[in-house]
Amino acid sequence: MATKPRVKVPKSAAVGDVITIKTLINHKMESGQRKNKETGEKIPQQIINSFVATFNGTEVVNFTPHGGISANPFFEFTLKVPEAGDLHFVWMDQSGAVFETTKSIAIG
Amino acid sequence: MNLSRRHALALGGAAVTVSLIPVSFASAASHNAMVTDAIAEYTGGADVAEGGVTLTAPEIAENGNTVPVGVDAPGATGILLLADGNPAPIVIALNFGPLSGGSGASTRIRLAGTQNVVAVAKMADGTFKSASAAVKVTIGGCGG
Repeated sequence: MATKPRVKVPKSAAVGDVITIKTLINHKMESGQRKNKETGEKIPQQIINSFVATFNGTEVVNFTPHGGISANPFFEFTLKVPEAGDLHFVWMDQSGAVFETTKSIAIG
Repeated sequence: MNLSRRHALALGGAAVTVSLIPVSFASAASHNAMVTDAIAEYTGGADVAEGGVTLTAPEIAENGNTVPVGVDAPGATGILLLADGNPAPIVIALNFGPLSGGSGASTRIRLAGTQNVVAVAKMADGTFKSASAAVKVTIGGCGG
């Protein structure tokens, strides 16, 4: 099962700066390709299939991972900072579980 | 039994040649169709021009379970990343929102064997661009 996600975000930036954000979340990302060794049946897919990052409510990125994304999904992307505020990250998996975290960015 | 030096070298050579995992499917034609269909669905059948997309992937991936891949397509609103030799070719659909700093992202993907990673970028003007990178995989990463 997934544990608390980790995100790397600069604590502050100047308006207009393009900053790099890295995110990592523990998740098995059961691809749906593996077979049960005893029965030969495919183990059902159970992956994170949605990742959305917003800043003060406006979308930064929206990713739809499929089974080919490695376990413990890692995403790196950028934000163009318009003002001080909160970066909100939401991961959703196929079991209906939702994982979230928020990081604040100051201007300075 | 005498294992001659020549025989031992031949055995060693055979072992090395099987360490690169090729990908094979019961029907190569239907698998290729899956890839072209996935791209056609993304583009709505529009032409895809090569270039304008930077795809970064290692030439040789030691571990197919986690292969670092980066993609950047200035001016794109979205990018579809595929692995043309994986049982399920679509790897991830990336969408860049109004506050994205550019049109790029990095992640780590699974590759079942040696194959091409393909990126198809949807540009803001509605056109499509692509790039591909060949990756040799030494240990396959789809649980097999």
